[in-house]
Amino acid sequence: MDEMLLEIKHLKSYFFTRKGISPAVDDVSLQVPKGKIVGIVGESGCGKSMTAKSVMDLLKYPGRVADGEILLEGRDLTKLSEKEKRKVRGEDISMIFQEPMTSLNPVVKVGKQVREAILNHQKMDKAEAKKRVIEVFRQVGISEPEKRYECYPHELSGGLRQRVMIAMAMVCRPKLMIADEPTTALDVTIEAQILKLIKNLCDTTGMSCLLISHNLGVIAQMCDYVYVMYAGKVVEQGDVFTLFDHPQHPYTKGLLASIIHLDELPERLSTIPGVVPNLMHLPEGCAFCSRCSEAMECCKIKKPELHDLGDGHVIRCFLPAEREAAHE
Amino acid sequence: MKKREHLENTAEQEALAAQLGESDTFIDKMKRMAADNKLAVFSAFVILFFLLLAVCAPLLTPYSFEDQDLLSRLSAPSAKHLLGTDELGRDVLTRLLYGARVSLAVGIIPTIASMVIGVLLGMISGYVGGIVDAVIMRLADVVLSFPSLLLAMVIMYTLGDGITSIFIALAITSWAGVARVIRSETLTLRETEYVEAARSMGVKDFTIILRHVFPNCIPSLIVLFTLDVPSAILSESALSFLGIGVQLPNSSWGLMVNMGRTYLYNAPWLSLVPSAAIMLVVLAFNFLGDGLRDVLDPHLKNS
Repeated sequence: MDEMLLEIKHLKSYFFTRKGISPAVDDVSLQVPKGKIVGIVGESGCGKSMTAKSVMDLLKYPGRVADGEILLEGRDLTKLSEKEKRKVRGEDISMIFQEPMTSLNPVVKVGKQVREAILNHQKMDKAEAKKRVIEVFRQVGISEPEKRYECYPHELSGGLRQRVMIAMAMVCRPKLMIADEPTTALDVTIEAQILKLIKNLCDTTGMSCLLISHNLGVIAQMCDYVYVMYAGKVVEQGDVFTLFDHPQHPYTKGLLASIIHLDELPERLSTIPGVVPNLMHLPEGCAFCSRCSEAMECCKIKKPELHDLGDGHVIRCFLPAEREAAHE
Repeated sequence: MKKREHLENTAEQEALAAQLGESDTFIDKMKRMAADNKLAVFSAFVILFFLLLAVCAPLLTPYSFEDQDLLSRLSAPSAKHLLGTDELGRDVLTRLLYGARVSLAVGIIPTIASMVIGVLLGMISGYVGGIVDAVIMRLADVVLSFPSLLLAMVIMYTLGDGITSIFIALAITSWAGVARVIRSETLTLRETEYVEAARSMGVKDFTIILRHVFPNCIPSLIVLFTLDVPSAILSESALSFLGIGVQLPNSSWGLMVNMGRTYLYNAPWLSLVPSAAIMLVVLAFNFLGDGLRDVLDPHLKNS
């Protein structure tokens, strides 16, 4: 078993609205081993970003972490003071965001913004910090780093801006980088470059990465372990090969079936029928029940628990237990 | 979508310019404004011109602002008195030059003071939110719910006559508007991804306000400044008219307009000359503000 860098145990992040409680992240447990890339995949609103923001404590009112532990090398982040949390953010964990267009302050030169990230955590004089920034710019593949240092964000292309964001995340040599859909706003060729860069950085620096995406292709290409989320819960987890080759949960199967293969174009694209249920009014049984092709009677009444299939492959479904029962 | 293409395009151009080693400094921006917006440059010169007149007033005229010449009361503009004389035979040009001192000072100093107060309170209010926000904004509501002239009068009566009292009165009555605008800007900026990114880097709230919120408020501040300076000049005129602002025999443009009101039919220059001066300065500030905003705001760059 690998040494764990980040362990999330039974995390519950809720939105406390006037109309009621919305469980955006409901009892999620997740582990990121040292030096590995772990993916969270799921459709919009399934709680992927909320999980990441809970780790960073960036949830916005009325959302907050209601329960659970977030352990970074054994230290519970939810119990730290505001000052200690600030130290963790950026220095131990950093984050890159979906929209490189809006994640940089339009009125500050990009070099200065990255330099600010260092000066914020380390005592260093400005010239030294600038040197470090240029070094990181080079590391993330920004050509002519000295000139780019003096650029404003609008003078750079989307791909370059995302590289600047990655540089900003890398500059303090964090142990964990959380990438929240880092390539969603970029076109496909740039996407490939950025993903390759993130993978390279993880391999060369020993940094771990928590990659959030709705794109199964990205996840398959990048990750060592994968968590599939649905309606605030982890429904299937396992290492990337097991999960993609032998998906067990009907939702994962559905997701994989809806990928288009260019060599065999079907008449109609395969979809999962229905929509994600409203988190405020979750059904009594399994949240996926109404859309599931293999739903059984018990799915409507009881919530399924996690079922271990061995080798770290875990699913939240009644099917394996049913099958075992049928065998006997 | 079209706008976006356009932005991409200019971004590419700028990237190209950056590659060629042409970075855009403050001086470059001013040069660009000079090339693109002649009106703003002209306005800047008008303001500069009036500032110079105010500073050099004693050198430019042989009279003093309180010299009376009762034999030539209300005389029309002539070689001796370029802009005529008033009801006590005082030279209008001289009083205009000395009045510029008061009017410009009253326009600029309280506005700067009110902006400092307004920006500080507005940013705190918008960023911190909650009860702090509520307290500051209710305070602003109280200030705004009084007719500002009435409030200024109360303050003037409490503090007594004098130019410093005018400064204080005008600053106290006009910070609330600034605070409201800056608060709403801060509310928007607080939710931007770069503030979130900064927070994810562990940047302190104070630094975020200073680095990320304040600079993005500057374009609005410039516009506010150019609107508040004229309104402060006008408020001073009103106060002077009511007899609690600048006192005779001192001079201010508002005072001159109001004193000349009685003689509008016989000696129209008494009111018209200072009115024209007020109008020129007010317009100049507005045009300059527009021009500055166009070049200083990165969002509007090159559009």
